[in-house]
Amino acid sequence: MRETSAAILTLDGLGVRLPAGADRPQALSAVSLSMAANEILCVVGESGSGKSIMANAIMRLLPDGVSIDAGRVMFEGRDLAKAGADEMRRVRGAGIAMIFQEPMTALNPLRTIGDQIGEMFSIHTGLSRAAIRARVLALLEDVRIPDPGAAARAYPHELSGGQRQRAMIAMALALDPRVLIADEPTTALDVTTQAQILTLIRDLQKRKKTAVLFITHDFGVVAEIADRVAVMQQGSIVEHGEAAAVLNHPQHPYTRQLVAAVPPLTTPPPRELSDDIILTIDNVSKTFRSGGFLGRGARVTPAVKNVSLKLPRGATLGIVGESGSGKSTLARCIVRLIDPDNGSIMLESKDWTKMTREDVRRETRHIQMVFQDPFSSLNPRRKAAELVAQGPIVHGTPPAKAIADAKELFALVGLDPSASDRFPHEFSGGQRQRIGLARALALHPEVLVADEAVSALDVSVQAQVLQLLAGLRQRLGLSIVFITHDLRVAAQICDLVAVMKDGEVVEHGPAGDVFGHPQHSYTKALLGSIPGGEFARKREAALLV
Amino acid sequence: MDAIKRYFRSPAAVTGLVLLLIVVAMAISAGWLYPREPLALAGRPLIWPFSNPRFPLGTDNSGRDIAAQIFHGARISLLIGGVATAIAIAIGVLIGAFAGFYGGWIDNMLMRITEAFQTLPNFVLLLVLVAVFGSTLTTVTIAVGVVSWPAPARLTRAEFLSLRNREFVQAGRTLGMRDLQLILGEILPNALPPVIVYASVVMAVAILLESALAFLRLSDPNVASWGNLIGLGRDVLRVQWYVSAIPGIAILVTVLAVSLVGQGLNDALNPRLKGR
Repeated sequence: MRETSAAILTLDGLGVRLPAGADRPQALSAVSLSMAANEILCVVGESGSGKSIMANAIMRLLPDGVSIDAGRVMFEGRDLAKAGADEMRRVRGAGIAMIFQEPMTALNPLRTIGDQIGEMFSIHTGLSRAAIRARVLALLEDVRIPDPGAAARAYPHELSGGQRQRAMIAMALALDPRVLIADEPTTALDVTTQAQILTLIRDLQKRKKTAVLFITHDFGVVAEIADRVAVMQQGSIVEHGEAAAVLNHPQHPYTRQLVAAVPPLTTPPPRELSDDIILTIDNVSKTFRSGGFLGRGARVTPAVKNVSLKLPRGATLGIVGESGSGKSTLARCIVRLIDPDNGSIMLESKDWTKMTREDVRRETRHIQMVFQDPFSSLNPRRKAAELVAQGPIVHGTPPAKAIADAKELFALVGLDPSASDRFPHEFSGGQRQRIGLARALALHPEVLVADEAVSALDVSVQAQVLQLLAGLRQRLGLSIVFITHDLRVAAQICDLVAVMKDGEVVEHGPAGDVFGHPQHSYTKALLGSIPGGEFARKREAALLV
Repeated sequence: MDAIKRYFRSPAAVTGLVLLLIVVAMAISAGWLYPREPLALAGRPLIWPFSNPRFPLGTDNSGRDIAAQIFHGARISLLIGGVATAIAIAIGVLIGAFAGFYGGWIDNMLMRITEAFQTLPNFVLLLVLVAVFGSTLTTVTIAVGVVSWPAPARLTRAEFLSLRNREFVQAGRTLGMRDLQLILGEILPNALPPVIVYASVVMAVAILLESALAFLRLSDPNVASWGNLIGLGRDVLRVQWYVSAIPGIAILVTVLAVSLVGQGLNDALNPRLKGR
């Protein structure tokens, strides 16, 4: 058992008020938590639950118009909720440090990593330059950045996302703070990097006996790292306890719903696949070239290298891989948003790579795409019904009929048809993704390309959209190319899976085989890095009994 | 609707709108308040303002009614401001949209042309155009419009560059829209608010350019414009300063009104930028 000492950070009935006109009056109401040294407390909740506001309230970094209106934040015998600006400045960094989701925006792009970490010492201590330099190198070694000397001299853009997050952690731990607040520190990272960073945080926490307040939306991450868990919904803590207890025996219905929404790792029983191949991708390559003069010094990035895949009619082909693996480029090649360099893409005996732009424009209704970002994929100045009706109108359907059809599609994707004359910003993320889906379906495509279509959504919403997609596949006989970085999502919906790395397909086959008996070492590494894999497997075993 | 509400919440924006409406009212009422030709001789030259009830604002060095010229001049200023702005914005949006949407060599070519125009001081270019094509009201208006388009073009291009890679534009492409449908229907409505705001700056500058031209006696001498009046007053500036000062105040008020309206539009259309 780990030794638990007295609480260092205690929230006592903390309330945070939102400005008038927000979706609810209180961002936080009566939140009480306490953290002891040497433990990791995970705060879990979906977007908008107030978990980030809580972190900012502790640091007293709330945006204008948002303020603490009740309760206390006790840290080392002081109430931070009432502390003055000077006092807070001394606490921040030295007493309580924070790391953020996106290390690129949290670091100053114009200064080297070493400079920025060294600044922590020059602000809070009187160390000499040489001493600071030595401490910075020691810190970078602590967070296991390869070649700490070079990393100290590097600018943020010269490091990878994982390395930047390591640098942020080094900076946060520079002054040995007693509390570290980590606000979704691994959400923007690839799954293998995420696993490394989680291990790093765990190790450093154990060694330095720091109290870590870890904010996340992912129960997999919770299972991986938490000692204790607090579940937040609508600004209140609905459940709170030891990690094992909360994960295995959730009491509150909301917690049960969240735990149940964690996608299982095993694939559903394989479906019968048709022999009729609707889409054949044969030897497709795409190389990006940029810069250079007369061919000299140009940067050449091979994004997709000789990819060959087949999609049977009515099946779902998952393309999984980490960022930069070329999966999105491949998707855009399939719908000809990008022209591939060579190879062929046969859709029902027509080669899409050989068609002219005008032909593609006319034939585009056979193959449609659903985009990732529910906020930028809808034109903010068009009403929902117009957005859905646009495609048919372009292809010659009279507007009145197209709008009427759009309302029917709204019902099909589980939206209220009466909401069809609202603008996109009046819908939630999940609803917007449904509009995007309706827009793609409006042309009655045979093939749907979904590019990270559920990645930006909360888990419970993600599960709903996946269910909808599976249902539509059955009803409309759709064949789907499903691109995702999340293997858990791919396992749920895909019949076939192709794993991409550096532009190449390293392994492909039926989903059950790829997930059950991975052959390639990279696939094994990917599967091993899924946060909470152990927990998911145990839960499935329990469900099967 | 929200934008209109936000607009009327700002006192500066409302002041600007009221001033602008007064100028517009002057332009409209000029015909029946001063039905006579404003450039015709009306009385003794150089009567001081408020000394003769027949000429509330006095007369200029040739004995023409200053009040009549101010009212009729409002028409000319608004006409030149409006039409020249429309020309500048139309050319600018067209060039900026194509450059930003297509990128590559089209962008390179169009932007080099834009830069060529921008490196010349636009007043010098205006002088050249007027010198070559003569100084009738039409040529002056077109010339002012033609020298004012580079800035709106750059602004539109910047907006298009950031919007053309948004997923909703790609979605439009996968739906099978033509380039022109994407440019006009999808991107332009989203790119327009900052351009509309900038139009107010173009309009203020257009009015000033015409006045400056008139001050040098290079504008159309056959119309009653504020600039012409200032130009006339130049000869008697040290004693009868009011001949130049009165149209000067009219120009000041109009430009101020247009700027305030533009700022108000900016805050109303981009509410998130306010207070930063």
